[in-house]
Amino acid sequence: MTAHTIPAPQVDERPRRLLSAETLFHNATRLAAILVLVVLTAIGVSLLMGGWEALAKFGPAFLWTESWNPVKEEFGALVPIYGTVVTSLIAMLIGVPLSLGIAMFLTEICPNWLRQPIGIAIELLAGIPSIIYGMWGLFVFAPFFANHIEPWLIDVLGPLPILGPLFQGAPYGVGLLTGGLILTIMVLPFITSVIRDVFETVPPMLKESAYGLGCTTWEVVWNVVIPHTRTGIVGGLMLGLGRALGETMAVTFVIGNAHRLSASLLAPGNTISSALANEFTEAVGDIYLSSLIALGLILFVLTSIVLGIAKWMLVRLDARVSR
Amino acid sequence: MATPAPQASMLYRRRKLVNVASRIGAVGAAAIGVIALLLIIGTLFLNGFKSLDIAMFTETTPPPGSAGGMLNAIVGSLIITVIAAIVATPIAILAGTYLAEYGRYSLLAKPTRFVTDILLSAPSIVIGLFIYQIMVVPMGHFSAWAGSMALAIIMIPVVVRTTENMLGLVPDGLREAAVALGTPRWKVIQSVSYRAARAGIVTGVMLGVARISGETAPLLFTALNNQFWSTDLNAPMANMPVVIFQFAMSPYEDWQRLAWGGALLITLSVLSLNVVARVLVNAKRQRQ
Repeated sequence: MTAHTIPAPQVDERPRRLLSAETLFHNATRLAAILVLVVLTAIGVSLLMGGWEALAKFGPAFLWTESWNPVKEEFGALVPIYGTVVTSLIAMLIGVPLSLGIAMFLTEICPNWLRQPIGIAIELLAGIPSIIYGMWGLFVFAPFFANHIEPWLIDVLGPLPILGPLFQGAPYGVGLLTGGLILTIMVLPFITSVIRDVFETVPPMLKESAYGLGCTTWEVVWNVVIPHTRTGIVGGLMLGLGRALGETMAVTFVIGNAHRLSASLLAPGNTISSALANEFTEAVGDIYLSSLIALGLILFVLTSIVLGIAKWMLVRLDARVSR
Repeated sequence: MATPAPQASMLYRRRKLVNVASRIGAVGAAAIGVIALLLIIGTLFLNGFKSLDIAMFTETTPPPGSAGGMLNAIVGSLIITVIAAIVATPIAILAGTYLAEYGRYSLLAKPTRFVTDILLSAPSIVIGLFIYQIMVVPMGHFSAWAGSMALAIIMIPVVVRTTENMLGLVPDGLREAAVALGTPRWKVIQSVSYRAARAGIVTGVMLGVARISGETAPLLFTALNNQFWSTDLNAPMANMPVVIFQFAMSPYEDWQRLAWGGALLITLSVLSLNVVARVLVNAKRQRQ
């Protein structure tokens, strides 16, 4: 840009050509960035437009109506929302302590030579397509679960006073609990790799000081590492939760695809994404299709909020680390 | 301040106990994770290799009850993925360039970064719905084009993120040196920044391709599926993930066998893309 001030008439053409290439490239990159921004908005708008018919017809009651009846054209989102939330909660309830344990193992206990292979394995596993987890769940885990674990759960936990209703009914093998467990295995590598990265941001000095005072491994992790990385851990967990909420293939195989609200975790159920995967291409009628798209909108809003919070917390951790 | 001895040893014992318990817990957690994942990989390889044969690559998907392969699905997947990569790569690299170079601190950069991170983990089935709304409905039919666009949207944030990070690793001193020689900004980016970050950007593209090659959900209502050989981009096209989904859910033994073979193929290609990407980055790191 300073080229303009050079008082040399001969080079008059060159700077102008350079400038136009510059403007071109600058604007091309800016346009691409704007495009990314527009896509997210466009997703929300298009889902809102597609789901509008259903939302207008059923009103806010869509969110808590249990009925899902294509014949009578009555639709409500309660069952899929319940299934999505319950399977994700199961995945987090089991996945969080497990991944915290694995991260503690990787950063504090594991011998050095084993650290890298396990770390690489975790990252490769996080990249395996989710349909593989779903297939394994359907062909291997569900039959095993139905024959060996579920009868035991029904016998032992079923008669209990408060927990009991969660574990009653017939051992189908497929159902909310199976879906949640498969989801756990799927998000495990993902959450673990985030938490391990977060654990590694703890300055060695802090840990060494604690060890130097005579702290045990557990005391170092519990009193130094976890308080230091609290926001990062929560951010990582929310990222995992976002994944779990929106996951389709791993769950669809083993959820049972039943639009029925049941207290038992062993009963077949449905999630938003499974309902979409199973019914969308076969949906007949505008209102049916529109209701499914409205389900998609609910899922999109839900995951965006969760991911937004996750991102915000991770940014806060980054800001603190760089300070 | 002498503490009574028995109490001290109680405290000592309790701390030791908690520590041992937690260490056992951590090792146990790692063992559970590793065993579960080994079981899955083991089943996949065992069932997958049993059904891998020449027919897999030479015959099209069969009707239930007869032998066949997945030729049409393999070719379909390749076509859809390649088109998606061709569409997504330039857009994503340009957007990443904006975030790392021109607009590093601009007003536009912050929301774009935020949105990229949201898109990175957005449910892929929702992206399928979006493409259904804006492409399948107006066109009136499912098509391979729609499938490619859905995959492109999933791939873009992956590549934007890595491009930005890799360009961020290029030291500003290099850029300043080039600018000081009178090089215009676009030339600096193209001949200095891109060259220094090339391996990283290529890695990002490969990770993006790895990410989309196993995606099933967004293809369900965009590319759909096709029983027959077809390379018409304007028509539904067979593709590996959807065929695997359909065959695995079916009650037919032949179809389930083919599904395992296909699942193994997909996993192997995703894993090898990941491994090559990793090797590229490591080679680059060692040279520096």
